[in-house]
Amino acid sequence: MSCLAIRVSQVKKVFRKRTGWWRGQSTEEWALKGVSFHLKQGEAYGLLGPNGSGKSTLIRILSTLLVPDGGEVEVLGYKLPEHEAQVRERIGRVSVDAAFYKKLSARENLLYSAFLYGFDKATAEKRAREILDRLGFPLRRFSDPLEEASRGMQQKVAIARALLLQPPLLLLDEPTTGLDPKSKRDVQEFIEELRRESGTSILLTTHDMFEAERLCDRIGMLAHGSLVAEGSAEDLVRLAGGGTLEDAFIKLSGERLTGEEDAVAEGA
Amino acid sequence: MISRFRQTWAFVYRDYELTKRYWSWVVVFTVYAVVSGASVALIGVASNDRKLTLTLTIGVLFWSFLSVLFNEIAMSIAFERWEGTLEYTFMAPVSRLIHLTGVSLYAAAYSTLRAIAVLGGLFLFLDLDFTGANLFGLLIVLVVSSVAFVGLGLIAAILPVMSPERGAEATNIFQSILLLISGVYYPVSVLPEWVQPFAALSPATYALNASRKLLGVETMTPDGKLIGQSLASVQSELVTLAALGLLLVPVGLGVFGLAEQWAKRTGKLKRTG
Repeated sequence: MSCLAIRVSQVKKVFRKRTGWWRGQSTEEWALKGVSFHLKQGEAYGLLGPNGSGKSTLIRILSTLLVPDGGEVEVLGYKLPEHEAQVRERIGRVSVDAAFYKKLSARENLLYSAFLYGFDKATAEKRAREILDRLGFPLRRFSDPLEEASRGMQQKVAIARALLLQPPLLLLDEPTTGLDPKSKRDVQEFIEELRRESGTSILLTTHDMFEAERLCDRIGMLAHGSLVAEGSAEDLVRLAGGGTLEDAFIKLSGERLTGEEDAVAEGA
Repeated sequence: MISRFRQTWAFVYRDYELTKRYWSWVVVFTVYAVVSGASVALIGVASNDRKLTLTLTIGVLFWSFLSVLFNEIAMSIAFERWEGTLEYTFMAPVSRLIHLTGVSLYAAAYSTLRAIAVLGGLFLFLDLDFTGANLFGLLIVLVVSSVAFVGLGLIAAILPVMSPERGAEATNIFQSILLLISGVYYPVSVLPEWVQPFAALSPATYALNASRKLLGVETMTPDGKLIGQSLASVQSELVTLAALGLLLVPVGLGVFGLAEQWAKRTGKLKRTG
């Protein structure tokens, strides 16, 4: 059994889109072109990159939702896609879009998730309340439909869902994108607290340089499906010859982090 | 074991809570089913033909049950896509067997209650008297045919997995073809000859034949009294339905598993819309 939380070696993923008359032609979009990195247990690793750089594709592969076209993936010592069931029991994921049954309340959504993971109702409800309280979610809104909750509140419920099963590995795909500054700070503080108290390994994708610097031990810079640089924030700045982390990203990848449209449409 | 029971319960719990939240739509669809069902059955009343009225009523009730059962299962993936929760369901540590069993259990309970509500509604429009019918036999046919329809639902559920854009529409076409070929409101013999062989593939054909025999539509006395036949008289239909169920459920699960693997290779599980 490996002591790494994640080991990704030369992972490739291509999406083919059929076009033309009777869809006889196809085009290829390479989302990942041989990415390799590892995450030690208890470490926080940040993946920085603009839209379409392959961050979410990588998270989906690690979440057992996509099968890579090449390379090797190991999560907590279990190879993917061979050991999907073992991996699924040990990971929590938060995606940029808070995906819920919006007509249902936080309570109902979380109970549903808890039952999926085999929890009993009383334990799940107690734990859900504790996590939401720590995240600053107003518990008086616990039973209100999520369609009436703000984006920040919905994202806190998404984080609570990922943490219900106390996973040793947390995959956070732009968890604070679109949040107001207060909610963003709440979430970031909670992630720090979680690492301190539980030693949870964290893979975080983000556009936010300050967030990456604050939360991550090491950062990987992803551009056009390739990892162009890796190291601590200080290492990367030094490697780029000084300035900020954003300056380093632009210099090392030749790209800006924001303002670009998705380069790769998954499954389109 | 307890953990698996809770996982199965998760889908029943979720669908029950969603039904509660969408209660106004449940009322709308049930009223629509009653009104459209009564409109069909009243054709028999207008013809002053009790046999035709009962034939149509049985068609209305069975289709009300089977179509809802099929639809709830077949569309469960499409609903998850619309809600954006599909990826979370598929990355949960739940086997597809447990997932689809949970969805099917709720669908069976919901469609049974819906059919009872439709029957209650039909009493407002029709002078129905089922004295003499073999109602216990009807219940058996309902249960046995449910298994086959669950299998069909599972097969149709792959369409929204494979095509995020057009899978849900294709499911509706599948359902409408079942309505056409199964002799829901008319004997299969009135279908064009080239269509008739397809009727033999639909579980609804056997369920409706058996139900009409058990109700006593074919053996009705001249004064309109029902003489429901025994279960033994529909043995061949029951055996065919059971065989279809035993075939279609594993085939449905297997095909669903293949579609899931394909979707994971091509990225089709991703949320759309």
